[in-house]
Amino acid sequence: MAEPNVAAAAEVARTLEAVTPPGFLLDYLPVVIFIVLSAAIGIAFMLASWLFAPSSPDPEKTSAYECGFNAFDDARMKFDVRFYLVAILFIIFDLEIALLIPGVIEMDAIGPFGYWSIMTFLAVLTVGFIYEWKKGALEWE
Amino acid sequence: MQGLVADFGPWGVLWGTLQILGVMVMLLLTLAFILLFDRKVWAAVQMRKGPNVVGPFGLFQSFADFLKFVFKEIVIPAGANKTVFILAPLLTLVLAFVAWAVVPIAPGWVISDMNVGILYILAMSSLGVYGIIMGGWASNSKYPFLGSLRSAAQMVSYEVSIGFVLITVLLLVGSLNLTTIVNHQQAGIWDWHAFSFLGNAINGTEDGSLFGRLFGVVVGLIMFAMLIIFFISALAETNRPPFDLPEAESELVAGYQVEYSSTPYLLFMIGEYLNIVLMCAMIAILFLGGWHLPWGAVEDPFLGFLVLYIKIWLVFFMFAMVKAIVPRYRYDQLMRLGWKIFLPTSLAAVAVIGGYVAYFGR
Repeated sequence: MAEPNVAAAAEVARTLEAVTPPGFLLDYLPVVIFIVLSAAIGIAFMLASWLFAPSSPDPEKTSAYECGFNAFDDARMKFDVRFYLVAILFIIFDLEIALLIPGVIEMDAIGPFGYWSIMTFLAVLTVGFIYEWKKGALEWE
Repeated sequence: MQGLVADFGPWGVLWGTLQILGVMVMLLLTLAFILLFDRKVWAAVQMRKGPNVVGPFGLFQSFADFLKFVFKEIVIPAGANKTVFILAPLLTLVLAFVAWAVVPIAPGWVISDMNVGILYILAMSSLGVYGIIMGGWASNSKYPFLGSLRSAAQMVSYEVSIGFVLITVLLLVGSLNLTTIVNHQQAGIWDWHAFSFLGNAINGTEDGSLFGRLFGVVVGLIMFAMLIIFFISALAETNRPPFDLPEAESELVAGYQVEYSSTPYLLFMIGEYLNIVLMCAMIAILFLGGWHLPWGAVEDPFLGFLVLYIKIWLVFFMFAMVKAIVPRYRYDQLMRLGWKIFLPTSLAAVAVIGGYVAYFGR
């Protein structure tokens, strides 16, 4: 009679293991609660103002601010390509940082060999950086 | 504050929610007084009195300001994309708040003691750009549009140097967890990352060689330079003066906030100041020993909280003094500083400190 009980208990344990999220995911539950709470505070502030404040829109008030003039043309105009270049450079370097992190954390364990591998990786990116610099992608004058 | 993780269940979640609410209230109260402090320091430098009418010494000025914000009309421009226009300040506020989830405010007091805390903070502060871009674009007005472009490019540029400075700290500590980073500096002021040249000169390396000791001192001095780079990058990252180009009032009126009024504007401002205080906390945690006293470790949460809180205020005092004293940068100077000076310097620092850790251990 003991056999089926053990099997059932094992089954229950397996099911529990399957429905309980792994420990490290529980670290992110507070973050979710935090997001909900802070969004609630933000919405509450805006609702309070929407409820308590007077509202009397008129065409002058709701037109785009341009120092008293009527807007000359559409605000979504062409903009300088350098902003785009900066964004691309940022993606490269941010990825580089993200890729460095595992090696950096274990730097004392991987020792000189790991260090020089990482330096090779950095050197390749630095060559690209120097190229961009010489090409004038970083000039804003 | 790790009860939430330990007792997963209805009561654990409720208790955790209360703790998170407590942290949020504490942050908002801190913000109210730090805003006043900012204005008072600014006024004192210019030999004015600053806000002094509401309450004793103007202590309740921020609360009066809050009420005034609430009782003002929300003006939404006719040409704006209304949903994005309203979402942008909300997003800024939520991201600024949520980044605090991993910041340990005292020994054992942290909302989420996750093992990738630094990465999480990096991610949240990168996402912060979206609030500004959305706000500037949705306003459908020229000044906000130009302001948000500038602001985004500026934040993104300095994010890179902040990332490399974080890497140097990670090299020395070997963990992404913020509590571990604080406890790595617990021996005393000579062990704080900003002043680790003292500790390295006293203790030397494991093999006891003179070269290792000298190398350690150089690494410590580099860490002090990293503190300075982090501080200046934090100013630029949070659009503080002297890098407040997105809202350079003589050129762009108020940058991406031009069309905002009432509480949506307030949300932008709360988000901005939350980010500033977060940066102060990060400087205290990464470089100035977190909650540890200059002469030794602190175990008691209440004392630890007090020590960290005082450190945050001292760092914020530096922020306020910089705002009062330093004239504004030009945009091309700002980009030059970020990409041509800070980035190569911090890259070189990563290489040198990496070599130290690889050859001499932590």
